[in-house]
Amino acid sequence: MSDKKKKKLTPVQQEYQDFAKQREPERPVLKNCLMAFLFGGSICLVGQLISTFYMHFFGFNEKSAGDPTVATLIFISVLLTGLGVYDHIAQVAGAGTIIPVTGFANAMASAAIEHRSEGYVLGVGGNMFKLAGSVIVFGTVAAFVIGTIKVIIMQVLGGF
Amino acid sequence: MIQGRTWIFSNKPSIAASAAVGGPFEAQGPLADDFDLLHGDLWLGQDSYEKAEKKLLEQACERAIDKAGMKKEDIQFFLSGDLMNQIITSSFTARTLSVPYLGLFGACSSSMEGLALGALLVDSGNADRVLVGTSSHNGAAEKQFRYPTEYGSQKPPTAQWTVTGAGAAVITSQEGDLRVTAATVGRVVDMGLSDPFNMGAAMAPAAVDTIEAHFRDLRLSVSEYDLILTGDLGRVGHRIAVDLLDKHGLKLPQDRFGDCGLMIYREDQPVQAGASGCACSACVTYGHVFNRMKRGELRKVLIVATGALLSPISYQQNESIPCVAHAVAIESVGGVGS
Repeated sequence: MSDKKKKKLTPVQQEYQDFAKQREPERPVLKNCLMAFLFGGSICLVGQLISTFYMHFFGFNEKSAGDPTVATLIFISVLLTGLGVYDHIAQVAGAGTIIPVTGFANAMASAAIEHRSEGYVLGVGGNMFKLAGSVIVFGTVAAFVIGTIKVIIMQVLGGF
Repeated sequence: MIQGRTWIFSNKPSIAASAAVGGPFEAQGPLADDFDLLHGDLWLGQDSYEKAEKKLLEQACERAIDKAGMKKEDIQFFLSGDLMNQIITSSFTARTLSVPYLGLFGACSSSMEGLALGALLVDSGNADRVLVGTSSHNGAAEKQFRYPTEYGSQKPPTAQWTVTGAGAAVITSQEGDLRVTAATVGRVVDMGLSDPFNMGAAMAPAAVDTIEAHFRDLRLSVSEYDLILTGDLGRVGHRIAVDLLDKHGLKLPQDRFGDCGLMIYREDQPVQAGASGCACSACVTYGHVFNRMKRGELRKVLIVATGALLSPISYQQNESIPCVAHAVAIESVGGVGS
């Protein structure tokens, strides 16, 4: 991986790792990218259909239809997780099912289901954010940094 | 007697009986007929995977004791290990059995670590009836070592599937058809690999080291054994082990050198590089291999159980994966055979 890690290896370890590398199957990156594109795109298409559905039948406008659309996608994702289907789809879809909001819902639901055996407080409550927690933390940090940069740029530009 | 790091059991401790219990995924595999008991439900009617695993080990122990024509009171020592933190499966099963117990940890090498130590106890005259066992559960192992079972992460082609099952065997000082003849204790080998989704490549050097030591210590020829099986190297690790042994000048006959992790599931089951887990080598050996030996299809076998001695914390701290392999030689003295 990183150069720092490689430096610590002894010559024997280095030789073995090169030996082993030649005999390991590579991740099928191209296929994974294509699948992620197709599945991710399909989820977005479904999202668009749901959004249009809410606008057409329930009088939402383009902006306000976002909330019920996301809620519906989350519901479907959690349902599929609970039924034990989501992880099988994800093995094929890869990033296609992790990146959209469905992946976030799956991360929370799967952790909640997994730790149900340790009770509601220490199990479900304590572990629900086990995977999703870092997304929230670093998402918030990133938003803060970007927000600060935006404000500074606006101030500087506004000053002229 | 000891030669190098190999124990030679001159009093020939024998295997009175053994049992293998498996889960739903194992029931779909080609070795289904060799299991004593198969479960259709991954939960085994319990409310957690951890309890389900304990149930698996309890059942394997019960069956093995029963098949040996004994009662649990007859067992003098119970040696067991598993993958769970603080080896809870083994200890909780020992609580149920309420017999003198020694807990082991050798990760997936626990099966042969137990068999070797059990045979040593009997061979040295310090015990007459020893029960050895090990177990693993796919859901419980995934939960502890990786992500929640329903989490949608994509596994790379080098990943392996933890076997849901348990295996147990009763070793006695009385004569029997299956005898434990020797055991080679493994060294911990660490080649600096740190990817927990590529355990086969990490464990292969440990297996090679132990196999070489076994043949060197006992001065055996490569055709000595009818079958040599590694524990759970999977497709990737097995290939590396074959080439590495070849490179070191030990060319094992291709049709006699296999891996338990490549036997327990069908080709089309979605297990990526093969099976892993304590129960992998235990179920294949205590079920399939012993059955074949009893039928006279195999006379001498060498089981080399491989274990990756990592913890969920150690790999998150970017530590490499130390590995170990223990080998046990078993001989059939039945009338049939080649």
